[in-house]
Amino acid sequence: MATANRNRPLSPHLQIWRWGPAMLVSILHRVTGSGLSLVGLAVLLWWLGALVSGPDAYATFAAVMGSPIGLVVLVGLTWAFWQHLASGLRHFVLDIGAGYELESNARWSIITIVASVLLTAATWAFILLR
Amino acid sequence: MGNGTSIGRVRGLGSAHSGAGNWLQERFTGLASLIVSLYLLFSLLMLPAFNYQTVRAWISAPLPATAMVLFVVVNFWHARSGLRVVIEDYQHEHASKLFFLLALDFAVFAGGAFGVLSLVRLALGA
Repeated sequence: MATANRNRPLSPHLQIWRWGPAMLVSILHRVTGSGLSLVGLAVLLWWLGALVSGPDAYATFAAVMGSPIGLVVLVGLTWAFWQHLASGLRHFVLDIGAGYELESNARWSIITIVASVLLTAATWAFILLR
Repeated sequence: MGNGTSIGRVRGLGSAHSGAGNWLQERFTGLASLIVSLYLLFSLLMLPAFNYQTVRAWISAPLPATAMVLFVVVNFWHARSGLRVVIEDYQHEHASKLFFLLALDFAVFAGGAFGVLSLVRLALGA
Protein backbone atom coordinates (compact mmCIF):
# COMPACT_ATOMS: atom_id res chain seq x y z
CA MET A 1 0.00 0.00 0.00
CA ALA A 2 3.02 2.21 -0.31
CA THR A 3 2.42 3.42 -3.83
CA ALA A 4 -0.25 6.12 -3.72
CA ASN A 5 -1.27 8.84 -1.33
CA ARG A 6 1.36 8.45 1.36
CA ASN A 7 0.39 11.73 2.95
CA ARG A 8 -3.20 10.88 3.68
CA PRO A 9 -4.27 11.48 7.29
CA LEU A 10 -3.71 8.60 9.70
CA SER A 11 -6.13 7.51 12.37
CA PRO A 12 -5.42 9.12 15.75
CA HIS A 13 -2.82 7.38 17.89
CA LEU A 14 -2.02 7.29 21.62
CA GLN A 15 -1.73 11.00 22.32
CA ILE A 16 -5.30 11.85 21.35
CA TRP A 17 -7.24 9.46 23.60
CA ARG A 18 -8.21 9.92 27.21
CA TRP A 19 -6.30 7.34 29.22
CA GLY A 20 -8.23 4.56 30.91
CA PRO A 21 -7.38 1.29 32.66
CA ALA A 22 -8.16 -0.92 29.63
CA MET A 23 -5.91 1.19 27.40
CA LEU A 24 -3.08 1.07 29.92
CA VAL A 25 -3.35 -2.72 30.38
CA SER A 26 -3.47 -3.28 26.63
CA ILE A 27 -0.26 -1.30 26.19
CA LEU A 28 1.36 -3.01 29.18
CA HIS A 29 0.49 -6.40 27.67
CA ARG A 30 2.37 -5.53 24.50
CA VAL A 31 5.31 -3.90 26.29
CA THR A 32 5.75 -6.74 28.78
CA GLY A 33 5.36 -9.37 26.06
CA SER A 34 8.01 -7.68 23.93
CA GLY A 35 10.28 -7.28 26.96
CA LEU A 36 9.92 -10.92 27.97
CA SER A 37 10.65 -11.99 24.40
CA LEU A 38 13.69 -9.79 23.83
CA VAL A 39 15.24 -9.57 27.31
CA GLY A 40 13.74 -12.58 29.08
CA LEU A 41 14.61 -15.13 26.40
CA ALA A 42 18.11 -13.67 26.10
CA VAL A 43 18.67 -14.13 29.84
CA LEU A 44 17.24 -17.64 29.55
CA LEU A 45 19.70 -18.57 26.79
CA TRP A 46 22.61 -17.06 28.70
CA TRP A 47 21.57 -19.07 31.78
CA LEU A 48 21.36 -22.33 29.80
CA GLY A 49 24.59 -21.63 27.94
CA ALA A 50 26.39 -20.86 31.21
CA LEU A 51 25.11 -24.11 32.73
CA VAL A 52 26.51 -26.08 29.77
CA SER A 53 29.82 -24.18 29.74
CA GLY A 54 30.65 -24.98 33.35
CA PRO A 55 31.11 -23.48 36.83
CA ASP A 56 33.24 -20.52 35.68
CA ALA A 57 30.75 -19.34 33.07
CA TYR A 58 27.94 -19.88 35.56
CA ALA A 59 29.79 -17.80 38.16
CA THR A 60 30.04 -14.95 35.65
CA PHE A 61 26.32 -15.21 34.90
CA ALA A 62 25.45 -15.31 38.60
CA ALA A 63 27.70 -12.31 39.35
CA VAL A 64 26.09 -10.18 36.63
CA MET A 65 22.57 -11.19 37.68
CA GLY A 66 23.42 -10.51 41.33
CA SER A 67 24.70 -7.00 40.58
CA PRO A 68 22.36 -4.02 41.08
CA ILE A 69 21.65 -3.75 37.34
CA GLY A 70 21.15 -7.50 37.07
CA LEU A 71 18.68 -7.47 39.95
CA VAL A 72 16.74 -4.60 38.35
CA VAL A 73 16.51 -6.70 35.18
CA LEU A 74 15.39 -9.80 37.09
CA VAL A 75 12.79 -7.92 39.16
CA GLY A 76 11.60 -6.22 35.97
CA LEU A 77 11.28 -9.58 34.22
CA THR A 78 9.40 -10.98 37.21
CA TRP A 79 6.94 -8.09 37.09
CA ALA A 80 6.64 -8.35 33.29
CA PHE A 81 5.94 -12.08 33.63
CA TRP A 82 3.16 -11.61 36.19
CA GLN A 83 1.66 -8.63 34.34
CA HIS A 84 1.68 -10.49 31.02
CA LEU A 85 0.22 -13.58 32.70
CA ALA A 86 -2.56 -11.58 34.39
CA SER A 87 -3.47 -9.50 31.34
CA GLY A 88 -3.15 -12.65 29.20
CA LEU A 89 -5.73 -14.40 31.38
CA ARG A 90 -7.90 -11.29 30.98
CA HIS A 91 -7.57 -11.65 27.22
CA PHE A 92 -8.78 -15.26 27.40
CA VAL A 93 -11.91 -14.00 29.15
CA LEU A 94 -12.38 -11.22 26.58
CA ASP A 95 -11.85 -13.77 23.77
CA ILE A 96 -14.96 -15.71 24.83
CA GLY A 97 -16.93 -12.46 24.64
CA ALA A 98 -17.19 -11.72 28.37
CA GLY A 99 -16.06 -8.73 30.43
CA TYR A 100 -16.75 -5.90 28.00
CA GLU A 101 -19.14 -3.96 30.26
CA LEU A 102 -17.44 -0.65 31.05
CA GLU A 103 -17.35 -1.10 34.79
CA SER A 104 -16.17 -4.72 34.91
CA ASN A 105 -13.71 -4.10 32.08
CA ALA A 106 -12.08 -1.27 34.03
CA ARG A 107 -12.19 -3.25 37.28
CA TRP A 108 -10.46 -6.33 35.86
CA SER A 109 -7.90 -4.13 34.10
CA ILE A 110 -6.94 -2.57 37.44
CA ILE A 111 -6.95 -5.99 39.12
CA THR A 112 -4.30 -7.29 36.68
CA ILE A 113 -2.00 -4.38 37.61
CA VAL A 114 -2.53 -4.80 41.35
CA ALA A 115 -2.06 -8.57 41.05
CA SER A 116 1.18 -8.28 39.08
CA VAL A 117 2.71 -5.89 41.63
CA LEU A 118 1.64 -8.04 44.59
CA LEU A 119 2.83 -11.28 42.96
CA THR A 120 6.17 -9.70 42.07
CA ALA A 121 6.60 -8.56 45.68
CA ALA A 122 5.57 -12.02 46.94
CA THR A 123 8.00 -13.77 44.58
CA TRP A 124 10.97 -11.70 45.70
CA ALA A 125 9.96 -11.77 49.35
CA PHE A 126 9.97 -15.58 49.10
CA ILE A 127 13.42 -15.59 47.47
CA LEU A 128 14.98 -13.11 49.91
CA LEU A 129 13.39 -14.35 53.12
CA ARG A 130 13.79 -18.10 52.78
CA MET B 1 -13.44 -0.54 -5.88
CA GLY B 2 -11.37 2.61 -5.81
CA ASN B 3 -7.63 3.01 -6.07
CA GLY B 4 -7.13 5.97 -3.77
CA THR B 5 -6.99 4.76 -0.22
CA SER B 6 -5.71 1.52 1.23
CA ILE B 7 -9.19 0.54 2.38
CA GLY B 8 -10.67 1.49 -0.99
CA ARG B 9 -8.47 -0.99 -2.78
CA VAL B 10 -9.46 -3.96 -0.64
CA ARG B 11 -13.11 -3.12 0.04
CA GLY B 12 -15.40 -5.77 -1.39
CA LEU B 13 -12.70 -8.41 -1.77
CA GLY B 14 -13.93 -10.35 1.26
CA SER B 15 -11.87 -12.23 3.81
CA ALA B 16 -8.17 -12.87 3.25
CA HIS B 17 -8.71 -16.47 4.46
CA SER B 18 -5.60 -16.26 6.55
CA GLY B 19 -4.71 -14.50 9.76
CA ALA B 20 -6.91 -16.49 12.13
CA GLY B 21 -4.13 -19.09 12.25
CA ASN B 22 -1.62 -16.81 13.95
CA TRP B 23 -4.33 -15.46 16.23
CA LEU B 24 -5.21 -18.97 17.41
CA GLN B 25 -1.52 -19.93 17.65
CA GLU B 26 -0.96 -16.97 19.96
CA ARG B 27 -3.72 -18.22 22.28
CA PHE B 28 -2.73 -21.89 22.25
CA THR B 29 0.96 -21.22 22.84
CA GLY B 30 -0.04 -18.68 25.49
CA LEU B 31 -1.97 -21.36 27.36
CA ALA B 32 0.98 -23.76 27.06
CA SER B 33 3.36 -21.00 28.18
CA LEU B 34 1.22 -20.43 31.28
CA ILE B 35 1.80 -24.05 32.33
CA VAL B 36 5.53 -24.41 31.60
CA SER B 37 6.39 -20.92 32.86
CA LEU B 38 4.68 -21.47 36.21
CA TYR B 39 6.44 -24.86 36.38
CA LEU B 40 9.85 -23.20 35.92
CA LEU B 41 9.09 -20.38 38.38
CA PHE B 42 7.90 -22.70 41.16
CA SER B 43 10.71 -25.18 40.49
CA LEU B 44 13.27 -22.39 40.89
CA LEU B 45 11.57 -21.14 44.05
CA MET B 46 11.66 -24.68 45.49
CA LEU B 47 15.39 -25.12 44.85
CA PRO B 48 17.43 -24.93 48.09
CA ALA B 49 20.05 -22.72 46.37
CA PHE B 50 20.86 -21.19 42.99
CA ASN B 51 24.49 -22.35 42.79
CA TYR B 52 25.92 -24.28 39.85
CA GLN B 53 25.75 -27.78 41.36
CA THR B 54 22.16 -27.44 42.59
CA VAL B 55 20.75 -25.93 39.40
CA ARG B 56 22.64 -28.31 37.17
CA ALA B 57 21.52 -31.39 39.13
CA TRP B 58 17.92 -30.19 38.94
CA ILE B 59 17.87 -29.34 35.23
CA SER B 60 19.60 -32.61 34.22
CA ALA B 61 16.93 -34.81 35.81
CA PRO B 62 14.46 -36.36 33.34
CA LEU B 63 11.27 -34.49 34.26
CA PRO B 64 12.75 -30.97 34.56
CA ALA B 65 14.82 -31.55 31.40
CA THR B 66 11.68 -32.49 29.46
CA ALA B 67 9.72 -29.57 30.89
CA MET B 68 12.53 -27.14 30.06
CA VAL B 69 12.70 -28.32 26.43
CA LEU B 70 8.96 -27.66 26.25
CA PHE B 71 9.56 -24.31 27.98
CA VAL B 72 12.06 -23.23 25.32
CA VAL B 73 9.95 -24.43 22.37
CA VAL B 74 6.67 -23.02 23.68
CA ASN B 75 8.03 -19.64 24.70
CA PHE B 76 10.03 -19.04 21.52
CA TRP B 77 6.93 -20.02 19.55
CA HIS B 78 4.72 -17.71 21.62
CA ALA B 79 7.25 -14.87 21.34
CA ARG B 80 7.26 -15.35 17.56
CA SER B 81 3.45 -15.13 17.39
CA GLY B 82 3.34 -12.00 19.50
CA LEU B 83 6.25 -10.17 17.92
CA ARG B 84 4.88 -10.91 14.44
CA VAL B 85 1.78 -8.94 15.37
CA VAL B 86 3.89 -6.09 16.76
CA ILE B 87 5.93 -5.93 13.53
CA GLU B 88 2.81 -6.07 11.35
CA ASP B 89 1.28 -3.23 13.37
CA TYR B 90 4.21 -0.83 12.99
CA GLN B 91 5.92 -1.77 9.70
CA HIS B 92 3.69 -0.66 6.85
CA GLU B 93 6.17 -0.93 3.99
CA HIS B 94 6.38 -4.35 2.37
CA ALA B 95 10.18 -4.41 2.27
CA SER B 96 10.82 -3.42 5.88
CA LYS B 97 8.02 -5.68 7.10
CA LEU B 98 9.51 -8.65 5.27
CA PHE B 99 12.95 -7.80 6.65
CA PHE B 100 11.79 -7.68 10.27
CA LEU B 101 9.62 -10.81 9.94
CA LEU B 102 12.56 -12.74 8.45
CA ALA B 103 14.95 -11.40 11.09
CA LEU B 104 12.47 -12.48 13.75
CA ASP B 105 12.25 -16.00 12.32
CA PHE B 106 16.04 -16.30 12.10
CA ALA B 107 16.44 -15.14 15.71
CA VAL B 108 13.64 -17.39 16.97
CA PHE B 109 14.95 -20.54 15.28
CA ALA B 110 18.56 -19.81 16.23
CA GLY B 111 17.67 -19.06 19.84
CA GLY B 112 15.36 -22.04 20.11
CA ALA B 113 17.98 -24.38 18.65
CA PHE B 114 20.62 -23.09 21.09
CA GLY B 115 18.28 -23.53 24.04
CA VAL B 116 17.19 -27.05 23.14
CA LEU B 117 20.75 -28.15 22.31
CA SER B 118 21.98 -26.78 25.65
CA LEU B 119 19.27 -28.69 27.49
CA VAL B 120 20.01 -31.93 25.62
CA ARG B 121 23.70 -31.62 26.47
CA LEU B 122 22.86 -31.00 30.12
CA ALA B 123 20.44 -33.95 30.21
CA LEU B 124 23.02 -36.26 28.61
CA GLY B 125 25.71 -35.06 31.00
CA ALA B 126 27.89 -32.83 28.84
